[in-house]
Formats: sequence, C-alpha cells, structure tokens
Amino acid sequence: MENTKVIVGLGSCGIAAGANKVYDKIAALKQADNLSFELKKTSCVGMCYREPLVEIQDDTGTYLYGEVDEDKIIEIIEKHINQHDPVKDFIVHTDLFKTIDNEYVDNQVKIALRNCGYIDPENIAEYEANHGYGAMFKIRDEKITQEQVIQNVLDSGLRGRGGGGFPTGMKWKFAYNSKSDEKYIICNADEGDPGAFMDRSLLEGDPHAVLEGMTIGAYAIGAHQGVIYCRAEYPLAIKRLQIAIDQAREKGYLGKNACGIEGFNFDMYIKEGAGAFVCGEETALMASIEGKRGMPRKRPPFPAVSGLWKKPTNINNVETWANIPWILLHGPEAYAQYGTEKSKGTKVFALAGKIKRSGLVEVPMGMTIRDVIFKLGGGIKDNKKFKAVQLGGPSGGCVPEYLADTIIDYDSVNATGAIMGSGGMVVMDESTCMVDVAKFFLDFTRKESCGKCTFCRIGTKRMLEILERITEGKGEEGDIERLEELAHQIKDSSLCGLGQTAPNPVLTTIKYFRHEYEAHIRDKKCPALVCKKLITYEVNPEKCTGCTVCAKNCPTNAISGERKEIHLIDKELCIQCGMCYTKCKFEAIKLS
Amino acid sequence: MRIARITRNAEAKDSDPIDLNLITPLINKYQGKKGAIIPLLQGCQEIYGFLPRPAMEKIAKDCAINLSDMFGVATFYAQFRLNPVGKHIVKVCHGTACHVQNANAITEALEESLGIADGETTEDRLFTLESVACLGCCSLAPVMMIGDETYGKLTGNQAVRIVKNIRIAEKQSN
Ligand SMILES: Cc1cc2nc3c(=O)[nH]c(=O)nc-3n(C[C@H](O)[C@H](O)[C@H](O)COP(=O)(O)O)c2cc1C
Ligand code: FES
Repeated sequence: MENTKVIVGLGSCGIAAGANKVYDKIAALKQADNLSFELKKTSCVGMCYREPLVEIQDDTGTYLYGEVDEDKIIEIIEKHINQHDPVKDFIVHTDLFKTIDNEYVDNQVKIALRNCGYIDPENIAEYEANHGYGAMFKIRDEKITQEQVIQNVLDSGLRGRGGGGFPTGMKWKFAYNSKSDEKYIICNADEGDPGAFMDRSLLEGDPHAVLEGMTIGAYAIGAHQGVIYCRAEYPLAIKRLQIAIDQAREKGYLGKNACGIEGFNFDMYIKEGAGAFVCGEETALMASIEGKRGMPRKRPPFPAVSGLWKKPTNINNVETWANIPWILLHGPEAYAQYGTEKSKGTKVFALAGKIKRSGLVEVPMGMTIRDVIFKLGGGIKDNKKFKAVQLGGPSGGCVPEYLADTIIDYDSVNATGAIMGSGGMVVMDESTCMVDVAKFFLDFTRKESCGKCTFCRIGTKRMLEILERITEGKGEEGDIERLEELAHQIKDSSLCGLGQTAPNPVLTTIKYFRHEYEAHIRDKKCPALVCKKLITYEVNPEKCTGCTVCAKNCPTNAISGERKEIHLIDKELCIQCGMCYTKCKFEAIKLS
Repeated sequence: MRIARITRNAEAKDSDPIDLNLITPLINKYQGKKGAIIPLLQGCQEIYGFLPRPAMEKIAKDCAINLSDMFGVATFYAQFRLNPVGKHIVKVCHGTACHVQNANAITEALEESLGIADGETTEDRLFTLESVACLGCCSLAPVMMIGDETYGKLTGNQAVRIVKNIRIAEKQSN
C-alpha cells in the first residue's frame, strides 16, 4: 500500500460539488485506521459532470472514481485500499477496462491541459517533475536565441486562443522589433465570455505552465515585467497563481538572471480585474492596468508598438501561453502535426448547457462540432433533440444542428457566421428559444458597452427594445429587417471588437432560425415555450389532484376550484407569471 | 462579472459613522504608485463592504488623486458599490449556461422569499441579491454563490432553503 496514491480533484467545480468534504473524510479515515497510502490534491481533470472525482493509483493501475460522496468514499477505501478490490460500479475511467466515460477521455489530445488534474498545482516540484521549466532550461543550455524562439512559435502555427486567432509568432516578432528600454508581457485572464471556463481551469490546474509561457515570451521579445490580468470572480485561480509566482521566485525562475540565463531579468505580478467585459479587449485591459476606466482606444498604434504605459507590449491569452512551453520543448513540428492547414494544434472547449457530459475538453483542430458534442459530450441531456450550439459567447453566434459537421478551425467556423471564440460551447436543445438567446446576449453586450461609440451604446439598446417587444408578443412586420439594418450599422461604426461583434448572436439566429422570429411576430407563439408572455397555461384534468396550491399562489386569483376538485385557469385574468407551473407538485399545469 | 451596474442612489445611506483610520495602511501601501486607483478602491471596499464617500475623499487627498477620477473608475466597474450591502451577498449566475437552464427561476424564487428585487438589500441588512455573469462552474448550472461557497444544480426551492438556513444560523449565533 506504500505506493498507493489517493488523489482528490479540488478545482472550483469539484469544491462546489463537495470535494473538500470528501478530502476531509479520506484524511479522517486514513488517520483513524493508520492507513499508509499517500493522500494528494490536484485540480480539475475536466470531467466536471462527474465531480467530485477521486483517483486511486496503485500497483495494478489507475482508477478514477466519479460522483464520490462521503458515504461512497468509505466503501471505496474499504474495498479498494483494504481489500484490493476496486469498486467497479463507481469507476468512471481506467486504462484497464472499458468504462462509461472512455470516449470522453480517449478522444482528447492534451497539450495545454497536459498537467491539469494530474499534478498538485500548489507544488512546484510536481510541475518540475513533468518537464516543468524544461523549455527555459533548454533555451539556457542550448543557447537558443530570441529569434529562434520566435521562429519556433511561428513554425508551430499557433494562433491566439483568446478569440481573435492572430498568429502568435507574428505578434511576438512585432514586439521584438520594437526598440525600447522597457517592454511588457501581459497574460489576458479576464475570461469574459459568460459560459466559458477554460482559462479558470487552466490557471487553477497548472499555473506554472502559464508562468513559464510568459517567461519564454519575455525572453523572446526582451521584456522585464509581466502582468497577469485576472478577473476577480476567480479567487482560487488568483490564490494559486500567487503561490506559483512566489515559488518560482524562490527557485530563481523569476527575478534577476531568471532561470539561470545571464542578463535576463524578469518578474511579474497579478492585477485583479474589477468586473467589466470590455476589459478583455487588449487596449481596454491596458487602460485598466493603468488604473483608468477600461475604455478601448483606436489601433494603430498596436500594443506591440505602444501598449502598457506607452511601451511595446505583447499580450496573449492564458491558453496561448500554456501551449508555449510544450512547443519549445517538443518542437514546432510536433505541435503542427495536429490540426488543419490553417489552424494548427489543439483547442480547449468548455462544454456546457444541455449536454450530458459538461466539462473541459481539449481536441485537435479539425474535429467536427458534432463529434465534440456527441462522441465526447455524450449527446443531449434527457435525450432531447439537438438544436444549436453557441460558439464564441457574446461575440459569436449559434450554429444550427444541420451545420454541426462543420470542422473546428478558425476559417470554417467563421464561415457559419459564428466565431471560434475563446472556447465556450453552449449546447441548446428543442426547449431553448433562439429569440430569447439573442435577447440574452444583446442584453449582456448592451450593459457591458463602455459607451464610447454611439452605435454600440445606443444601437444595442434599440435592438434590445425590438427583441423585447418580439418576445412579449408585440412584434411587428418589419422588425426582423429593422434588426438587420441596425446590426450592420453597429458592426460598421464601432471602434472595438465588442461593438463590431455584438450583433452576431442576433444575425446568426435570424439567419438560421428566421421561422422562430416569424412565429413570435406573426403567430404570437414561442415554439420552445420559453417566452412567458406567449405561453398559455392550462390545468391538465388527468393530473390535477385539487390540492389548491396553484390557486393559493396565483397573484391575480385567476385559478378557481374546490379542494379535491379539478381546478380551472381563467385566461382573461392570467398574467402568465408561471407561478402555478413552478408551484404544482403534480406537473398538472400544461403549457401551450 | 456583475450584470447589473450600480446606480447612484440619491439617498445613499452614508449615515453610519465609519472609522477612517482603517484605510491608513492601504494608503501607505499605494501612495505614490502609478495605476493604483483600482487596488485602492478594491482595498477600501474590502474594509467597509462598499465605498463610503468620506473614505474616497481621504484617499483622494492623501494620494493626490482627483476625486472625479476615482468616481469615474468606481462607476465604470461592476465590482464597486457606492451603497452599503447586506452581510451575505447572494450572487445568482446569469451566464449563458445558467440562463438556458432557467436561472431566472432561481432569482424569482429568491426575490419572492426575501421580499426584495434583484440588486436590493433586505431590511435587516442580512442579504443582498445580485445577478452575476458566469461563476465558471457552468457544468453545475444553474449556480449561485454566497460568500466563498458555490451551490450548483439548483432549483428555486433549494436556493430558498439555503438562504433560509443561513438566516436561521445567523439568528442562533446572535
Ligand atoms: C470585447 C472583447 C473582449 C475580449 N475578451 C477577451 C478575454 O476575455 N480573454 C482573452 O484572452 N481575450 C479577449 N479578447 C481578445 C483580446 O483583445 C486579445 O485579442 C487577446 O487577448 C490576444 O491574445 P491571443 O492572441 O493569445 O488570443 C477580447 C476582445 C474583445 C474585443
Ligand atoms: S454560466 Fe453560470 S457558471 Fe457559467
């Protein structure tokens, strides 16, 4: 048993699902019975739908237990550890035999997430043991020049993972060519897309990979100072980043002659964001670091020429940075072997919404969207009908089911009208209303517009008003055309990416789901039964037990009926608040 | 990120006296540093739970920053509050994943149970109800966060029960 390890996944998702309690329980069991296995912590392996997860490694192999709770863990420890008899019913993945989640794990290629869920992110020794800082040592020992590092990144074909998809090596080259006494490196960890959590998991699971990536970038362009701009909603990520920075300093990987490279001085600090989506935009982000309102400015000058404090600056996304050490260590060809002609490597996606296995996956570019959703994601929850998938958050769009065979690369996804984005993939089924989704995103961008450009500030508001009207049953002929016209004006007249892309969710839903808009406007119906004002409520006489709960809760006394008798809703009085529907314990309220 | 932006409340309750000495260490730390407005405001809010005007005035004076610049920053970012908030901030996620899994029902249930609208604070100053966009636990949608604790796979009833339990615990500890 000495060689046995018990590892608990303690990412934000695991903790929310109760992983801390499981960890404490294991610690208590270990102490009570004086068991000699090693108890360890790691972060999220990406199987968020099975949290809390506990992995047991022993002489026979590796076993991942899912949906563990305080009761199950007692059984697992007793049987697996004490009697060497793994509890097959709870195992979700192992190399030894086929399990329910094999497909989820086996179809992935992990480069950016190579250590997530495998190492203890708070212990630098574990990162080191997995080639950690090896890329920096290689640069030092083989005396790789700045130009060669940049060439490596160029050859790998890596493109920015923050959404724009600009070739990373090119950006580095511009910053390298800018002459200045001071240059800056920035990590964009603002992750603004609501419904995406790739960067959070990466920072929580493998902060040193990001640190090392930034150090390599700093070496390549000649920077001395780095900043990680992280959103304040990610307290655990910030905590682990700070631990990582402190450890790296202590080890001499940061600071004077960083990583033992004579004359290379580099250090970094964390800047907490203060909650503004637009601060994910690079010029706004730099304004925010400077302590100002986060308003984007005109480019050029590009950050590579004049960025933070007016000095040449190179900014990349968390996932972009995490790929860098791997590329330097294994060579650009190894990276470029994955992917398509113009989109190399792998991409991390956060699967969420109406999908069976929601979590974090890393797949080679070129896989189809359908394969990601069905092969990895296991298909749609409750076996409902797959309708669309939202890519790219508020800047992206909805790809309909019939285009799901689109392959994942920047150009193919753009051709649908959506964007690759940073990796959020929110799956929608037949019970999702596409007009409501468009309204949701527009409401978001309207609130998050910084207000600088008139079209972005007022145009989004006007579009939202039209959408609100439509969902309330007050839509008029011509509304769809009005939306399209406004959308094109906003796209053409906005300064930054926020305004330029804000209409995308509306445009793609009009393009692919025009009939749903028309149903709302002409027939005053919401086919997905989401828009409350367009739903009628009825009592299903076969299910009603006459419990009177609906009548008691109705705010307008629209429901009548004696106890133990079938109730009736007066459509004249009903205000479609949905209270009866939520309160009924017998599913006796029908929507139509 | 908070969806609902703070609006300046004309009757802001700055009436409770505050101890201005509490922010002295903060001022010492950032005095003379460039780009310090955001960390100063964050630190100040950490101490008082919101940004009281006298504290902002003191920071402005001691750090030689324009009060108008500070106000501009404070109203730009969703994180900053100009009004006092409840002891527990109930953050209901309205990100995409939570939205399509009916986060509205959670907010509505809490509004009804607490007797306040989204963005408001209960009379007893125990709870503030707030909408946020994505807490990063989308796989557990719909999600809410109270303090450091995240609750996932919620229904309206469960959310109400969690808040009620906190209220009971508060009563017992008094
Ligand atoms: C409105 C808006 C929001 C953005 N939000 C983010 C974000 O949250 N994270 C990110 O990495 N990039 C974001 N970007 C993209 C950045 O401006 C920038 O392109 C990126 O950080 C560059 O890094 P990359 O080349 O590694 O992708 C956003 C852009 C816009 C216009
Ligand atoms: S959308 Fe709610 S946690 Fe991400």
